[in-house]
Amino acid sequence: MADMIKHTLLAKSRPAPGEAGKTGDWRSLTPVIDQDKCSKKESCLMCWLYCPDGVIGREFPLQIDLEYCKGCGICAEECPRKAITMKK
Amino acid sequence: MKDIRIITANEAAAIAASLCRVQVIAAYPITPQTPVTEELAAMVERGELNAEYLTVESEHSAMAAVVGASQMGARVFTATSANGLLYMHEMLHWAAGSRVPVVMACVNRGVGAPWTILNDQQDSIAQRDTGWIQLYCRNSQEVLDTIIQAFKISEEIYLPIMVCYDGFVLSHASTPVEVPDSVLVDRFLPSYSVSPHFQENEPMNLNPLILSDPRQDPDGNIMPGYMDLRHRLQQDLLAALETIPGADLEFASVFGRCWGGLLWKYRMEDAEHVMVSMGSLASECTIAADSLREQGLRAGVIGVRSYRPFPAEALATALADAETVTVFEKDISYGYRGALASDLKAALFDRCLQPKFSSYVAGLGGRDVRPDQLAHAAKNGITSGPICGWIDVKG
Repeated sequence: MADMIKHTLLAKSRPAPGEAGKTGDWRSLTPVIDQDKCSKKESCLMCWLYCPDGVIGREFPLQIDLEYCKGCGICAEECPRKAITMKK
Repeated sequence: MKDIRIITANEAAAIAASLCRVQVIAAYPITPQTPVTEELAAMVERGELNAEYLTVESEHSAMAAVVGASQMGARVFTATSANGLLYMHEMLHWAAGSRVPVVMACVNRGVGAPWTILNDQQDSIAQRDTGWIQLYCRNSQEVLDTIIQAFKISEEIYLPIMVCYDGFVLSHASTPVEVPDSVLVDRFLPSYSVSPHFQENEPMNLNPLILSDPRQDPDGNIMPGYMDLRHRLQQDLLAALETIPGADLEFASVFGRCWGGLLWKYRMEDAEHVMVSMGSLASECTIAADSLREQGLRAGVIGVRSYRPFPAEALATALADAETVTVFEKDISYGYRGALASDLKAALFDRCLQPKFSSYVAGLGGRDVRPDQLAHAAKNGITSGPICGWIDVKG
């Protein structure tokens, strides 16, 4: 380990999930999807579109990857059907 | 036959960059920019230099652009001055942290407010702590030669280099400069074309967020934390204390000129009273030393060429027998004293040297400094030092 650190000049990484660590533990509020309220329509996907961390999938029922979701709440704000709530 | 031209330091800098076959130049083209980039733009326009020339909307963008181009494997160059350099400040840190071999000409000028376009060294001294190598030149020939050396140094150790020279005093003054043969420059400085960071079809994310402690990357490699990378930067800057004189000696073996490496000396063999300075002001100190010698004082001069990394050991060795040391500089760390004086005093303290130590701030915003003023101030230091003062403040 010490050797690898010694020989590294700058921070770099292959682009991959988790290159900045498991950021899910930064979260204080957790988005919860009410699947009954979700439109389940490809034409919506506003939460997927707005998520700055790209942790919401496109497949229905929608899933949020809580390993990396930082809990910003943008998805809950943008959902036109108020299907996402931020919970403690 | 030698190719000797009567040119300004700005023209010398542009010719040097061209001889180094820079591939990307990014520059903000308006004040406080100098004719360095104007010359380079003309060379690209005439087809003499095969480079991408980007006229960006700010110095901040200029530095960002050359950092990006350098990461992709291009040899890059830019130039700026004064408030333009200050506007680059964030990106200067970024360049050093990214470990890119960027070379920049810094034409030293005073910083506003109030506006001045005239010479002092406050602009680059204010960038002292950004992780860049700073080399200060005493004449236009040294500017040309140092830019060629700078590419050699920076591409060896992946550190950005600022080649600093005094605005107007050098930048706009025409003097004879020998332009080296491009074949020799190619031999001294082979082409730089391979990015150390990227391989084809293998995307990398440079400078992702990192945290305080080492951590596994997605491939399971343990990568350094922030402090470990900063420690490496510091170690490599200190190691440049070897690389800089090494490049100067290698340059001498090819071109027959060398510039002292980390510092240069004038009449130091038996000197008891030493003036220490940087850039053209150090050159002027040599005239003051001559006049002090005529008055029976054993005076000498040390010109600091590499300000960062700071050659503490070399300076302390050179000043081991000095009775008095007088620093002249065109900058000040407001609220204390000149930056060079502080650094030099610390270097002497570390080695238990206690010469009578005086320092003067001079020539801010282009105020003329004459050799007789330097000699007079040095003499005051000898007879009634320690003095911490300014030269020629009116009123």
